[in-house]
Amino acid sequence: MSTETQTIEALATQEYSAGFVTDIESETLPRGLSEEIVRTISAKKDEPQWLLEWRLKAYRHWLTMEEPHWLNAHYPHLNYQDIIYYSAPKPKEKLASLDEVDPKLLETYNKLGISIDEQKILANVAVDLVFDSVSVTTTFKAKLNEMGIIFCSFSEAVREHGDLVKQYLGSVVPYSDNYFATLNSAVFSDGSFVYIPKGVRCPMELSTYFRINTQDSGQFERTLIIADDDAYVSYLEGCTAPKFDTNQLHAAVVELVALERAQIKYSTVQNWYPGDKEGVGGIYNFVTKRGAARGESSKISWTQVETGSAITWKYPSVLMIGDNSIGEFYSVAVTNNAQKADTGTKMIHLGKNTRSTIVSKGISAGQGHNSYRGLVKVMKGAENARNFSQCDSLLIGNRCGAHTFPYIEVRNPSAKVEHEASTSKVGEDQIFYCNARGIGTEDAVSMIVNGFCKEVFRELPMEFAVEAQKLLGISLEGSVG
Amino acid sequence: MSPTTQHATERYLAEFQTFERDHPASMWLAGVRRRAIERFASLGFPTVRDEEWKYTDVTPVANLAVTPIFRANLNGDAARISGNLPFGDIAGHRLTFVNGHYSPELSHLETLPAGVTVSSLAAAFENQNEVVQEHFGKILDAENESFAALNTAFAQDGAFVQIPSNLQLETPLHLLFLTHGEGAPVSHPRNLVLAGDNSSVTLIETYASTGEGVYFTNAITEVIAGKNARVEHIKNQMESPKAFHIATLQIAASRDSWVRSHTVNFGGRIVRNNATAVMGDEGGEVTLNGLVVGKDAQHIDNHTTMDHAMPHCLSHEHYAHVLDDQSNGVFNGKIFVRLDAQKTDAKQSNRTLLLSRDAQINAKPQLEIFADDVKCTHGATIGQLDEDALFYLRARGIPEIAARNILIRAFANEVLDGIPVEDLRQKLEAMLLTRLS
Repeated sequence: MSTETQTIEALATQEYSAGFVTDIESETLPRGLSEEIVRTISAKKDEPQWLLEWRLKAYRHWLTMEEPHWLNAHYPHLNYQDIIYYSAPKPKEKLASLDEVDPKLLETYNKLGISIDEQKILANVAVDLVFDSVSVTTTFKAKLNEMGIIFCSFSEAVREHGDLVKQYLGSVVPYSDNYFATLNSAVFSDGSFVYIPKGVRCPMELSTYFRINTQDSGQFERTLIIADDDAYVSYLEGCTAPKFDTNQLHAAVVELVALERAQIKYSTVQNWYPGDKEGVGGIYNFVTKRGAARGESSKISWTQVETGSAITWKYPSVLMIGDNSIGEFYSVAVTNNAQKADTGTKMIHLGKNTRSTIVSKGISAGQGHNSYRGLVKVMKGAENARNFSQCDSLLIGNRCGAHTFPYIEVRNPSAKVEHEASTSKVGEDQIFYCNARGIGTEDAVSMIVNGFCKEVFRELPMEFAVEAQKLLGISLEGSVG
Repeated sequence: MSPTTQHATERYLAEFQTFERDHPASMWLAGVRRRAIERFASLGFPTVRDEEWKYTDVTPVANLAVTPIFRANLNGDAARISGNLPFGDIAGHRLTFVNGHYSPELSHLETLPAGVTVSSLAAAFENQNEVVQEHFGKILDAENESFAALNTAFAQDGAFVQIPSNLQLETPLHLLFLTHGEGAPVSHPRNLVLAGDNSSVTLIETYASTGEGVYFTNAITEVIAGKNARVEHIKNQMESPKAFHIATLQIAASRDSWVRSHTVNFGGRIVRNNATAVMGDEGGEVTLNGLVVGKDAQHIDNHTTMDHAMPHCLSHEHYAHVLDDQSNGVFNGKIFVRLDAQKTDAKQSNRTLLLSRDAQINAKPQLEIFADDVKCTHGATIGQLDEDALFYLRARGIPEIAARNILIRAFANEVLDGIPVEDLRQKLEAMLLTRLS
């Protein structure tokens, strides 16, 4: 046992590998939030009047709201006047190609293993990099343009495709939706915009990489993805942040719109800085993600691997409005040390023959607490709705917790709803079985945990699945004994 | 506090003044009541903004202009009522309470073994029974539950049952709570059951009325099971279709004790059952089962909590809902596994049959787990009758309605089959069939 304990201790002290700070000149607005700041952000981005109005509407509404604290974790009241709402790497010139991006920035992404060049060739992934508040570069633009696909930063979309943005912005997550979404609506700085035209199947994975670099800055990005009739897109999102001993707020909003027979697959690997072992620092990941499967036979699928953040609090949801539409949610959430996660989904069945699947795997280690909170709602008109939910929890260590809060609301008798939940630990007998076959304890645990998460990992695109498995290994190493 | 029920809260507070003046109690009881009314005053009635009351709006319950009744009054109807008592012919002891007050003329007590106490709580209060003072309200959360606080404030009568150690009470004990009379009577029945070490007892609670009127019952039953005690509990909720029924069952299970409770809900307009079992020592085993058969506009809410406070305890839970017409079912099943309550084994299942387009169910099976070496599962299903099973029966010449009834009966019997008192079980099954037809 003693050698084992030593390995464990060595691994437990493993550092967060994405925790470095890039020393880059950036343009930062003063701390604090006011109508003035909202106007300045809007002006900096050269936004049209309607968007400024929308931001101000959100800001004024936000002032009337109260910070919510109903999640199964504690966070102190945040000082919104102490947050930097806008921080951007100093622009040199307008960027036309990758060669013109600040080498320091590229170095940052290289360090994170996001080599833009490499991915360009090997992985066939178009990447949009968001650094603090603004989008740095988007690869593969020309090729996508040929097919009529729009994949650009949110600011660019506002400039060049204003009508589309105006039509869909806030149509899934209205500006008044919830405290953090409203804050985001007022101060969002950048993000990604995707439009897939009718009948187009996006030939490559679209990807955004988010990075918080500046201390005390919040990240408020906004993603809007529209898949027109018969379109298909798979979108990936990755996140990291440097280590600071203060908590940073990440309050993003993601809106997905799937029209007739369209499909959107949205995958997230979230590895924001989780704070240290005592729970000092780390990101508050309070995100609103929602998709509207508006068209007949449309489909929205969320896959998330949540290993980072001090507190993760989000419920990627699907409104199944069109008949025969489908919603899916696959999630692996890992909490180690003092991390807390309160995550899950909302599946709202409105159309006929709508189907939803929820597979949630929560892993708690150390003093981590993992909560699954989900809503399955079958409205009166949703004939023959079908839902299957499965929430499994794995506990590693006796100071962690696993919680499930599923809400099931059924208003139609033709609905079939099934919910299953189980909680278990990595069994001593399972480890013994592996040990007896010459597999070390760490490897055995990793095997068991990976097996536990397999149903979710196989939903991820290949490159992401590999990254997710590695991340899971790092997050849990040292928690077994 | 909700402004819509603020007035109701004040009305109860005013009523308490009269109650306290007209019904002087011992120092101890007066203190308990006063503390409870203070809690109630600050809690007020819950609103749908409270997570625990999200699906059940008690505004109509709170705002019902009730008539407080401080003694059993049969108005000369005793003879008529006594011939027609719900489950009146079940063998065993029966304590009957009318509008919350003990009615000796409707009760039936056979000779009890030495050491067994079965009496009205009012009598025990009167005698300043020390055992009652020691246990009354001790396992209950009247600090944070407004209806529990309200009941405690107006606690006057109910059953007090004490089974000494090592005694097996063979015959079941039936506690019958009847509401009688017009003008929306309110009652706050309060029962305290103490089962000594190695004892066993079977307890039946029935809530019903002599008429079809509007009234409000706010009941509490506290069951304390000693070491290695065995307690069977059955609750028949057969209130009038217009009645409001709010009840709390609080169970404390000691080392190696075994407690099983069945709740059958056929009656009531707005019903809320809170059932909480705390397994406070190793080896405890608790079962909470429930059946809801909802019709018309009934709203029936079952909130259960299995609190695994110590290691090596077992809990089982099965709730079945059959909902027809515009009825509304709510199920909230919590399983708590406290820090270091290792080797816990908790199972919960919750099944719902929706028979009508307007029926609805809100279910929330919930796990909160703070220990790692545990086995906890819950499952929830919601659906209609199985088409294939119906087809199978009809292909064998069984008419559709009969086939449906066979399937519903089988569904409900998963709960009824577990009821240990045979003649009661048969009666409930017969009632189920009448209710379905």
